[in-house]
Amino acid sequence: MNEFSLVLLAASVVATAAPILLASLGETLTERAGLINLSLDGTILLAAMAAFAVAHDTGSVALGFAAAAAVGGAVAALVGFAGVVLGVSQVAVGFVLTLMCRDLAYFLGNPYSRIQGPQVPPLPVPGLADLPVLGPVLFRHNAVVYLSLVLIPALWWVLYRTKWGLEVRAVGEHPEAAYARGIAPRRVQMVCAVVGGALVGLAGAAYSLALKPGWGRPQGAEGIGWIALALVIFGGWHPVKVALGAVLFALLQVAGIPLQEAFPSVPAQVFQVAPFPLMIFTLLFMGLSQRESVERWAAGRPWARRLVRAFRGAAPRALGRPMEGG
Amino acid sequence: MRTRAFEILAAAGLVLAFTTGVLLLTGAPPLEAFALLVRGSFGSVSKLARVLTVWVPLTLCACGLIYTFRIGLWNIGVEGQVILGAVGATWALRAGAGHVPPGVLLALAMAAGVLLGAGWSLAAGVLRTRGGVNEIFAGLGLNFVAQGIVLWLIFGPWKRPGVASMSGTVPFPPELWLPNFSWGRLSPVALGCAVGALVLTAWLLGRTRVGLFLRAVGGNPRAAHLLGLPPERYLLLAMALAGGMAGLAGVIQVTAVYHRLIPAISSNYGYLALLVTMLAGFRLGPVAPIALFFAGLNVGSVQLPMALQLDSSLSGVIQGASVLAVLLAQGWGVHRARRQA
Repeated sequence: MNEFSLVLLAASVVATAAPILLASLGETLTERAGLINLSLDGTILLAAMAAFAVAHDTGSVALGFAAAAAVGGAVAALVGFAGVVLGVSQVAVGFVLTLMCRDLAYFLGNPYSRIQGPQVPPLPVPGLADLPVLGPVLFRHNAVVYLSLVLIPALWWVLYRTKWGLEVRAVGEHPEAAYARGIAPRRVQMVCAVVGGALVGLAGAAYSLALKPGWGRPQGAEGIGWIALALVIFGGWHPVKVALGAVLFALLQVAGIPLQEAFPSVPAQVFQVAPFPLMIFTLLFMGLSQRESVERWAAGRPWARRLVRAFRGAAPRALGRPMEGG
Repeated sequence: MRTRAFEILAAAGLVLAFTTGVLLLTGAPPLEAFALLVRGSFGSVSKLARVLTVWVPLTLCACGLIYTFRIGLWNIGVEGQVILGAVGATWALRAGAGHVPPGVLLALAMAAGVLLGAGWSLAAGVLRTRGGVNEIFAGLGLNFVAQGIVLWLIFGPWKRPGVASMSGTVPFPPELWLPNFSWGRLSPVALGCAVGALVLTAWLLGRTRVGLFLRAVGGNPRAAHLLGLPPERYLLLAMALAGGMAGLAGVIQVTAVYHRLIPAISSNYGYLALLVTMLAGFRLGPVAPIALFFAGLNVGSVQLPMALQLDSSLSGVIQGASVLAVLLAQGWGVHRARRQA
């Protein structure tokens, strides 16, 4: 592979990673506050449909993105309301919403199937776009891609360098203790749910208005929500590690296309499911790395200890558990 | 009792209002759509037979899910377990056709499907107990892998001579089909399997120590361990039972409904059964009628695209909305009781 095609590959990985980054980082914020939003897969589809329908009817891509964010925020608010306020199982509500939002998207989106609509215009950054290598890889994309890239340091900074981020993490670890210190845990959780959900919604719009423009059944983004949920675990609930996982996953997706051309006898669908066994293996690796026996084995081997440490990441202790009393 | 009736009424009202809103949003006539759903599902004997062919796999999967929910597992992998059951049955029928008498072969195909379904489920169970992988992600990942296996088989080793296509493998000869009732496309054997699963589950959970132990482990694994109940073994037992029943559903899809392996052999019944079980409040009693209601919606909605140019996913919207409304109504009831206390 020559240098030129490597640059192209890197650029297309960055573009492919954008929606996955938006969804997995949004979910990272939500889960850091102790709330698990399992509805991602359906939310992405419903938001993608809403974004395309609104952009098509109004002719405004910006309104499409606003609609997607609103849909994502609304679904997440429902999960938050049921889980945080009513104390209903968050897994149950999230799972039902995954299925229902998907069917709702197919039903409401039926008239918009396979028609032309507006898409996000490319927006090269003046000056930076002309840099060798870095220019085409990072600075000749559309606004959604830039947003997804800026989100990585932004979420890290918010979570670890601001007072509000400290409160979010405190609520995720121990909402009752946070309450005793004068924080309103339910309000923090609702805010994180809605903001995280809005980002998930933007991921949907990134599909239907940028990466795979258009709407249809199937849309092509099916399964991404589940990948994003797994990426949050893979990244140990740390935004930078989650982002790294998202980029790796995008690399796999992009690499799948030449692989498919190299092995034409293997049906395309087989490559499409390839990420899922990989997801199981990484989760298995992470699960095993938490074991005491593995830790003892790694103790005498510096490289193994580093590897185990890199993979370790503890879930927020109150994840999925509503606050008691208060 | 009065609050329970109130919850059900409130949930039904929510679903009706929501669905009507969704229909109005697309500009469709709501009354006509609802009438079409009812007529399309229970309007004639042959339609009822079609509803029951959907009711059978839903009931089988939901019965299996009762075990895993009782022990506190989210067995999202039922979908893949149905698929592997279908693969197992197809494999046995292909291998034995012409060598083994049809009656014996069908029994062997059932055994193969049940075993493969249970094995696929145990894989998720072992990943959970030994590997520390959350069963939601293990099961879900295995669902996608199972789908990949079916597509690979249909387009690879088991493809039709000449061209492989999405229409599936070569149909089996009629002697390898489960027998049908004379009045509709429904197999009495399939119906018997579903009723048998309901009876077996009621007996196992209500009359044997297995049910008691499952609940004990689900309630408090550590305490159960101290009492001498090995939690791991019961987790795996629950998974195997669920996977076996889902596998049987897959066998029936192959031997009684499609008579071949098709890409959409599971028809999403695994995911739908999860909704059935949730709407039943994780109890066995309401499973059969709720599965019938869901099956009716699925069959009735097939007419929507032709008659009203609507997408058939309306049934999924109503099913999801029903479960969501019941969860919210229950939560609201608990919330109000807690605030008054």
